[in-house]
Amino acid sequence: MMKRTATVLAALLLAAGCSNGNSNSSGGSSNTPGVTDSSILIGTHQPLTGPAAAGYSEIAPATKAYFDYVNANGGVYGRKITYKIMDDGYNPANTQQVVRQLVLQDKVFAIVNGLGTPTHTGVLDFLKTNRVPDLFVASGSRTWNQPDKYPGTFGFNPDYTVEGKILASYVKQTYAGKKVCFLGQDDDFGRDSLEGVEKVLGPVAAKQTYVVTNPNVGPQMGAFKAAACDVVILASIPGFTALSIGTAAKIGFKPQFVVSNVGSDPSTLTKTLGAAAPLLEGVVAANYLPLDTDESNPWIQLYKKVNSQYNGNAAFDNNVVYGMSVGYLFVQALQAAGKDLTRDKLTEAVQKGGFTGPALVPTRFSAQDHSGYAGEQITKLTGGKATYLGTPYTTDDADGAVTAYSGAAATPPQNGIPPAQ
Amino acid sequence: MTIVEPRAARTKNRQKSARVRKISPLLVVIAGAIIVVALTYTLPPFRNYQLATIGAYLCVTAGLTVLTGLNGQLSLGHGALMATGAYTLALWQNKFDLLLPGIMLAVLVTTVAGGVIGLAAARLRGPYLAGLTLAVAVVVPSITSTFDKTFNSDQGLSVALDPPPGVLPVEQWQAWICWAGALVTVLVLAYLIRGRFGRDLRAVRDDETAAKLAGVGVARTQVMAFVVSAACAGLSGALFAVLAQSVSPGAFPLTLSLFLVMAIVIGGLGRLTGALIGAFLLVVLPSVAQSIAEDAGSQHLEGNLALTFFGIVLVLVMLAAPGGLASLKFPRRSRKQKGQ
Repeated sequence: MMKRTATVLAALLLAAGCSNGNSNSSGGSSNTPGVTDSSILIGTHQPLTGPAAAGYSEIAPATKAYFDYVNANGGVYGRKITYKIMDDGYNPANTQQVVRQLVLQDKVFAIVNGLGTPTHTGVLDFLKTNRVPDLFVASGSRTWNQPDKYPGTFGFNPDYTVEGKILASYVKQTYAGKKVCFLGQDDDFGRDSLEGVEKVLGPVAAKQTYVVTNPNVGPQMGAFKAAACDVVILASIPGFTALSIGTAAKIGFKPQFVVSNVGSDPSTLTKTLGAAAPLLEGVVAANYLPLDTDESNPWIQLYKKVNSQYNGNAAFDNNVVYGMSVGYLFVQALQAAGKDLTRDKLTEAVQKGGFTGPALVPTRFSAQDHSGYAGEQITKLTGGKATYLGTPYTTDDADGAVTAYSGAAATPPQNGIPPAQ
Repeated sequence: MTIVEPRAARTKNRQKSARVRKISPLLVVIAGAIIVVALTYTLPPFRNYQLATIGAYLCVTAGLTVLTGLNGQLSLGHGALMATGAYTLALWQNKFDLLLPGIMLAVLVTTVAGGVIGLAAARLRGPYLAGLTLAVAVVVPSITSTFDKTFNSDQGLSVALDPPPGVLPVEQWQAWICWAGALVTVLVLAYLIRGRFGRDLRAVRDDETAAKLAGVGVARTQVMAFVVSAACAGLSGALFAVLAQSVSPGAFPLTLSLFLVMAIVIGGLGRLTGALIGAFLLVVLPSVAQSIAEDAGSQHLEGNLALTFFGIVLVLVMLAAPGGLASLKFPRRSRKQKGQ
């Protein structure tokens, strides 16, 4: 018996020892994990499968394609970027596992664009303990904006409270006197968004929540119908935006839908709704990046070129635009961090801010503010395409006013790669 | 680990002599502790984290193999019991931040939950029992979203943890905590099933009527078995909360409960060694599957390949060794394990 246990433990030791050998290969000449003279290893966690895969699974490949484009043009200070994408299925428990693997086993330099509010929240402490820069989280939760608590974490999306305020002020102007209701994801995403909406509109007529593990919003839509809502604001991921619009139509409920940016990509929604796609006509949403259908925009031209050369000509939609914009911003940050790359220099460079890129609004990065882009512009869906209305708006996540932003959008550099600073 | 052997020796008339009986479980556990501590000093952090995960799994597989293997009750709901322990610890830690009492409380609360389920389970047989426990596993996400003020729905709760004492790396500290829990569990179970309780378990499993005639309280034994294995699951859940520093319903899905049953069957039902092999496979197979998927260049495979892997291993093991990996005889076994 003793022998048997010993054998099992010995086998364990052997297996551990074997796998140990090939995991220490990274590191290189400098002391910074994941960085050598010729390479930078970064990682991310993304919902490539599971309830949030619709649409979102295209983001990381697009980011990777942009990095490949940069690599093919000489990289950043001669370093090629390797982007390791891990699937967490939008399940916080998996995120724990894959992020540990990236940091402890693969020894990545930084985590870039980890996607999801519930998923990423769980790894903040771990990343902080290991001093890993946690850049451009793909979510608008205000959790990322805690410079004192999480000095290495920075958001990318405009935070959901900012977005809620902008959507709500459009609703206030356009649908004055109408009954406004709210459906949000049952986590910080929905809560932050509702807070922004109520800052502008006051208490909504009815509010409901959904959970991603239960793909049924029948009761919620039924409650809205019973409350005779005229406008329904959705803080939802694409799958649940489509589900809500479809379910409402099924029970003969036709309110004006106003949708959060993260749940509003027209291509994803059209694909998800299939034959019911005409229901999307007139849906109001918001964005802060160039729209995929805007052929005359120089950023879209650049992204389309990268998409055809390095992304296997994947279907070009706003998720691809998003992914490449993340890649562009990260390369900007690397350029700003300088040739002698360390983790501290990277976070300092991001904190200094001042990045101008594809977005219609500036980033808010500073020593006191780690949230992403400062605002959004309203879009409307007509004929399966989104178009911008009016001007971009910026605001803060507190009680500041929603103000129009008049700065001009930047044009991409000639070669499509941010210049060294 | 020693305990299953006497049964085998007696009931199946194996030729293994009494030699094996003499080694006390305490010695095995002490040896195990020494090996684990030595491992934590040699392994890199991520391997330590995996080692810790094996320890946390061992708690629940050991309890489950006693319930299913020795008492014949099939539970598909142990994932839910783990969730009970994990959420208890999370709520406690966020209020008081005292780890050891928190873990004990988690075990206690899960024991009570296990008692309630066990009372119902003792009245049910075969598929009905599986059905009941299955329902328990399925209901976890609904509970967390119904009482979202307390459990915070799908996002779950974070678990406040003090940094480890001194300059100890977090992963090493976690490995120690988890294996302390695992080894204590194994020790307690080993002594429990060695004595009268173990004989009652087997008597009830083999023939309830005969057991009753012999004066064994059938229902009482079944409830006790469920309570003991629930306590182990609660400890395991609490350790997982310590490991992940967060709890969410996604960490305790139905597939986890199924994986646990599969692991103990592959390892060898009713044997604590089998529980150890099972816990090891629960950690190793998914990571092997993942690296294969990665080499194949398809990230979309990752989520599903582990299941396929477990299925294939289960079929192969059942063909080659119906009693599980732990039942293989020595010369063959050592070869087999290197191949894992």
